[in-house]
Amino acid sequence: MSEQKHPDNARREFLTQGAKLAAGVSLASGVMLYGVAQAKPADEAVTSKVRWGMLIDTNKCTSGCDACVKGCNDWNGLKGHGRPSTDAQWMRKVDLRNKATGSVHSLPMLCQHCENPPCVDVCPTGASFKRPDGIVLVDKHICIGCRYCMMACPYKARSFIHEEVTDQRPHAPRGKGTVEACTMCVTRVDEGQQPACVEACNADGHKAILFGDLNDPNSEIAQTVKTYATTAIRADLGLNPGVRYRGI
Amino acid sequence: MKKVRFTQIEGGQGFWALLAILGAVIAAGLGAVYYMEHNGHWVTGMNNQIVWGMPHVFAIFLIVAASGALNVASIGSVFGKSMYKPLAPLSGLLAITLLAGGLAVLVLDLGRPDRLIVAMTKYNFKSIFAWNVILYTGFMVIVGVYLWTMLDRSMKKFSGKVGFVAFLWRLILTTGTGSIFGFLVSRQAFDEAIMAPMFIVMSFSFGLAVFLLVLMAAYRMTERPLGDAVLFRLKNLLGVFVGGVLYFVLAYHLMNLYATEHHGVEAFILRDGGIFTTLFWVVQIGLGSLLPLALLYHPSTGKSRSMIGTAAALVIIGGFAQVYVIVIGGQAYPMTIFPGFEATSTFADGAINAYSPTLAEVLLGFAGVAITLAATAVALKLLRFLPESLGDEQVVAKQDATAAVKAAA
Repeated sequence: MSEQKHPDNARREFLTQGAKLAAGVSLASGVMLYGVAQAKPADEAVTSKVRWGMLIDTNKCTSGCDACVKGCNDWNGLKGHGRPSTDAQWMRKVDLRNKATGSVHSLPMLCQHCENPPCVDVCPTGASFKRPDGIVLVDKHICIGCRYCMMACPYKARSFIHEEVTDQRPHAPRGKGTVEACTMCVTRVDEGQQPACVEACNADGHKAILFGDLNDPNSEIAQTVKTYATTAIRADLGLNPGVRYRGI
Repeated sequence: MKKVRFTQIEGGQGFWALLAILGAVIAAGLGAVYYMEHNGHWVTGMNNQIVWGMPHVFAIFLIVAASGALNVASIGSVFGKSMYKPLAPLSGLLAITLLAGGLAVLVLDLGRPDRLIVAMTKYNFKSIFAWNVILYTGFMVIVGVYLWTMLDRSMKKFSGKVGFVAFLWRLILTTGTGSIFGFLVSRQAFDEAIMAPMFIVMSFSFGLAVFLLVLMAAYRMTERPLGDAVLFRLKNLLGVFVGGVLYFVLAYHLMNLYATEHHGVEAFILRDGGIFTTLFWVVQIGLGSLLPLALLYHPSTGKSRSMIGTAAALVIIGGFAQVYVIVIGGQAYPMTIFPGFEATSTFADGAINAYSPTLAEVLLGFAGVAITLAATAVALKLLRFLPESLGDEQVVAKQDATAAVKAAA
């Protein structure tokens, strides 16, 4: 899976031309420049030069707002069956209250795309894997549904598919009896777009989630995490998650 | 000590009736599997918080007991205690059948049991689960060869060496089973190195309890003599193992109680956990450990066969409770994702997770037990596993018989 080679010259040409055009536009307007520059041609393998990450600013995240969760569910075709304990949740809103100080925070939880993911360590077949660009995924073809990754994940980021799934999105295949989690909208990212949750949060005006390449020193996310204090959840475990938080 | 004659058991009406009952239990379990796999796991008590349920309790108990059941053979061939040698074939057989029963349950509860071949062909060697697949199959093969050296006279000369390999392998195997939990850094109840040795001692206890019960049942049903010398020696050993498990349980909880970060999970299991607290104190500690110890060592009950049998059954029930508290209780306690914060969400953050096993899960679990017992019964019928007599004069020199019984009692 790490070697993604789909020779499709017409598409590549279109993307290249499109990227050039967009880059021109971006240069002119002075925004959007790096977003499009990161688009990866479809026949180019994923590389570890990039590390995709998110920075979630809890100061901008409102309790009760779940635009990101809805954006995720819509894009990935996740529908509940009215059974909250077995319905899949790739993204959820968590409300926090500091026991010592009483301060309250609201934030979205999702797969933290760890550099050293415990789910990948424990998976017996190698179905849980990490792409070179840091995105942690499940290969649905070799997942046997043992759920050991769910036992191991310190963030409760994974869901087991408890029933037949219908009306699947072509870009987010799912299968009864396997485990799944946030894919960081990998197909969108490969096409140079932002994950659906980021887009939904921006559309709602909160702009609480910043997405980008942590390895690119000029990217906004790399600049921000370098300048401001940010937190990795359960930093004590040494997993170096790709998703970081501000304000907690 | 007389020469021991091994023979097959007779296949009377009782044998076929037993097989029919076990067959019905297995059929019911397979029906439950079809129901769960056809509908998906939402029809079980398991969910996205309690991802391992009742089938895992059965499977882990059986797998742990499997390695422990081999101890009797190991004591004979590795530690040279000749009294245990006639018991070795049954010990090896039970080790294989218990493992087969446990693995059947584990595999049939997978989300995709049809992909078993994937689990056999694709390995992630950093996963203790993948190692366990190799350890389990290796155990079957090694104990199979061990049995061969016991049953085939021409192979007898290899018995000691193979027995030693089997003994080492079983220690590694149970280390692997305990490490499934020991390696889970994310959960407060697990993530402890003590899990591996604790599981080894648990296997000694559960395995011997199962062995004792099967031995007593087999000799009673086939009307073969089973002397006090063997029985009392085994029941004393069971007492030592039960005490050993208690020691490890005590050490585990004392260590957790010392560290402030673990106070929450300890309070949950030991005081506030409802069913888990009851299972821990009443079933695991009271009925499953202290009562059997009293029964096994009390001067009068310690000589009664029915009481020894009762004690072994109680150890098994207590063992199930212990595995239930470890596996389910450990998942029921909320994961500490945000230390220092109270958390609430739509995904049960900060909440105690509820689990009620469904009939289908229980049926699958009992099917595993039935597979173990049926395979054992069929093997006893087909091959010469059981000594014709385990009477006192059979297993110890005549002049020593009385002394042995006295010493063991």
